[in-house]
Amino acid sequence: MKRRTFIKTSVLATATLYLPNFLKASEDVLKTAPNKKLIVIQLGGGNDGLNTVVPFNNDLYYKARPQISIPKNEVLPLDAMLGLHPMMKEIKDMYDDGFVALINNVGYPEPDRSHFRSMDIWQSASGSKEYIASGWLGRYHDLQNSISVNDTLLLEIDDSLSLASKGNSSNGLALKDSKKLFNEVSTPFIAQLGKNYNAAADHNHDNVSYLYQTLSSTISSAKYIYQTSKIFHSALTYPNHEFGHSMKTIAELIISGVNTSIYYVSLGSFDTHFNQKKRQAVLLKQLSETMSVFMKDMKANGKIDDVLAFTFSEFGRRVQENASEGTDHGTANQIFLFGGGLKQKGILNDAPNLSDLDNGDLKYTVDFRHIYATILRKWLNTNDNIILGNSFPSLSFI
Amino acid sequence: MELQDKIKHLFSRACFGKPLNTVSSKQDLKEVVHQIISTKSKYTSLQVVTLEDVEKMKAAMKTMPKEDAKEFRKALRDSQLQLNQLWFEQMVNSSNTLQEKMALFWHGHFACRSANPFFDQQYVEIVRKNALGNFGTLLKEISKSPSMLQFLNNQQNKKEHPNENFAREVMELFTLGRGNYTEQDVKETARAFTGFAFDKSAQFIFRKKQHDEGIKTIFGKSGNFDGDDVLEMLLEKKECAHFVATKIYRFFVNDKVNDKNVQELSAAFYHSGYNIQKLLHTLFTSNWFYDAENVGVKIKSPIELLVGYTRIIPFQFTDNKSNVFIQKSLGQELLNPPNVAGWQGGKNWIDSSSLLFRMRLPQAVYFEQEINFTPKADITEMYSFTKNTITDSYIKFAVKKIKTQFDWSEIILKFNASSDVVKDISNAIFINPPPQASLSAVRKTIENATSEAVIKNATISIMSLPEYQLC
Repeated sequence: MKRRTFIKTSVLATATLYLPNFLKASEDVLKTAPNKKLIVIQLGGGNDGLNTVVPFNNDLYYKARPQISIPKNEVLPLDAMLGLHPMMKEIKDMYDDGFVALINNVGYPEPDRSHFRSMDIWQSASGSKEYIASGWLGRYHDLQNSISVNDTLLLEIDDSLSLASKGNSSNGLALKDSKKLFNEVSTPFIAQLGKNYNAAADHNHDNVSYLYQTLSSTISSAKYIYQTSKIFHSALTYPNHEFGHSMKTIAELIISGVNTSIYYVSLGSFDTHFNQKKRQAVLLKQLSETMSVFMKDMKANGKIDDVLAFTFSEFGRRVQENASEGTDHGTANQIFLFGGGLKQKGILNDAPNLSDLDNGDLKYTVDFRHIYATILRKWLNTNDNIILGNSFPSLSFI
Repeated sequence: MELQDKIKHLFSRACFGKPLNTVSSKQDLKEVVHQIISTKSKYTSLQVVTLEDVEKMKAAMKTMPKEDAKEFRKALRDSQLQLNQLWFEQMVNSSNTLQEKMALFWHGHFACRSANPFFDQQYVEIVRKNALGNFGTLLKEISKSPSMLQFLNNQQNKKEHPNENFAREVMELFTLGRGNYTEQDVKETARAFTGFAFDKSAQFIFRKKQHDEGIKTIFGKSGNFDGDDVLEMLLEKKECAHFVATKIYRFFVNDKVNDKNVQELSAAFYHSGYNIQKLLHTLFTSNWFYDAENVGVKIKSPIELLVGYTRIIPFQFTDNKSNVFIQKSLGQELLNPPNVAGWQGGKNWIDSSSLLFRMRLPQAVYFEQEINFTPKADITEMYSFTKNTITDSYIKFAVKKIKTQFDWSEIILKFNASSDVVKDISNAIFINPPPQASLSAVRKTIENATSEAVIKNATISIMSLPEYQLC
């Protein structure tokens, strides 16, 4: 089977499971706007939302956190109720300039407090009681590739893929460093095998074909990205840590004009069971200073209106601090959105309600899948029903 | 297919591959199957830690600042690595390989994870000891193991606040599969399992006070059922035999299910009262198991791949971390399945990153070449960061050099460097050798080599081929 037919038929087989009138739906998919870029930033380990966006006029907050609360005079106020962690100065500036939106209390029904499980739920966009073996971005990749093949549509800036980037019939590409990947696929052995793709694919079993197809697409993707990425080198100085390097890579690929629509990147670990203050401060500073340089780069190169970035964590943390100057696994959390194309800016909904808790945890008011659906439909212009296997209402931030 | 090829196929599926240096003296396939299935070897328990050790560490950790408890957390984690390593060694060395292969299947079927290495140890004992025994017994022991009771929150399943986690998974993933029970069955089953718990000595205990003594209606039958009753009711359903037999078929035969073949397996499984050994006998002696469409078509799981290496060139890890680093990088770490649904398997093992890793791995294992790769951070390790650097938890398993001891002697004696060694090695390893185009890429890697290096390079290159990822 030819590679294109192979991908196409397998996606059709999967997609029709979700929606019987797939053909009608595919018309929507064709309208994809290729210039829009999405950057998904995973704050792994469970970031403490209450110390990130601080309810600095709420006594219940200070009561619940005698050791680790952020003093009111250190908070960077966004409005009369909420303010940012003091290490997020750059995000505060971007907020004031209208490039940031904030959605509070994002979560899902019957939340799971295990890192693994909750991350699975966020990455696969499943309900809390179902197991889906593919990621929401991977399924986007499946669907788009069923219409028009693009092996570099989805990049995860790492050595390996997370569940989020794995589809049912195709996968995103893991890439930490475009030169490193290019060198790996350029050894004579691998390069020669890559050329065998057609010979192997047309005469062999499905899985042999799949292996050679994967190899050949990895080689061509690695070459394409390495060569295209040479077009632009950022003039700005990105912070010297892994997240800074990752965002610099993303910026250079976007500005070079690589045909990738989605970038996936992680920062962590936020699992602050003890001595939270110090550790969270370091990580939030990394987030803030990096996003600032990144957005400046986008602005300077005329890309800021085409870029949407958002952060998420597998859960927030409990309202009450624990005995080790830290916090344990909780539930709902805020999401930050960055970009020039935001239709709504600022704080988009009510602050967490600390007087109405579920067994000591915040109650979610926005289902994260509504945010995914909104981004898929309105930003990536694709069919969110097929990808999420369900119909969720859209929000109006984009 | 030739008898020797059938034997090769049988070993590749049942025993992680057939050692290159052995020739089967058996002239009858049934005898070989019998030999594989009924190996009577002394069962080896895997012990790395005692309950007292774990309790002592946990008690100490409670009284000290969490940061100081780092050493203990590391010790607990090391016990797990050690258990992983011991089990891996059993897969490599045990004379009852089928038992270990089947235990690996059950590990994926009853996928479970625990932060307590003693619970892990009990769990591994259950899946290994019952691997070829009776599915009903295995199901009951797993359902009563501290590891699973904790993982699926049955410790918290009490009559005032039923927790449905275990009840749902025991039906959806362990016995019936979706569509064979209702939401009401889940709710009522959760009530039946109230009081199933474990005590301080890590033993199952039925807490009568927490058990809901009311009438439950499950699958249309009503009574004051408890967990044991429900497990019997699940086993009585033919759907259970069919669900488990289908998964076994996928694991041993083909990701694509042939309904007629599965029906045959499933009926035999049910009528034998869930005898696993008999089921495997039926499977391995069936004609369809050796059909061309089932030969050389399965993508090896990372564990199958790694254990399989030893059948070609014997090797052992000289440090536990190297083993776990590879398992993590390839996406299958023993005792650390992604979730209760286990490993997806099939094409899911392969993406751009894991395929390139697989193609570089033989060189890293046998030529001690560096491998520049960082697997995803293990979330359990996220607890154990150091004061100085926050990326510590992320580089923990970025092992630069894989530490192994290996033995080329057999393979060097077996092949002749002056003949067409690529063809010879390829024929020895594969049932359907790769096409000339692939073999010519291998030949390029021996162009400037002489004598032993020819054999070594050819073997490593063949083991790096995409075709080698299949069995």
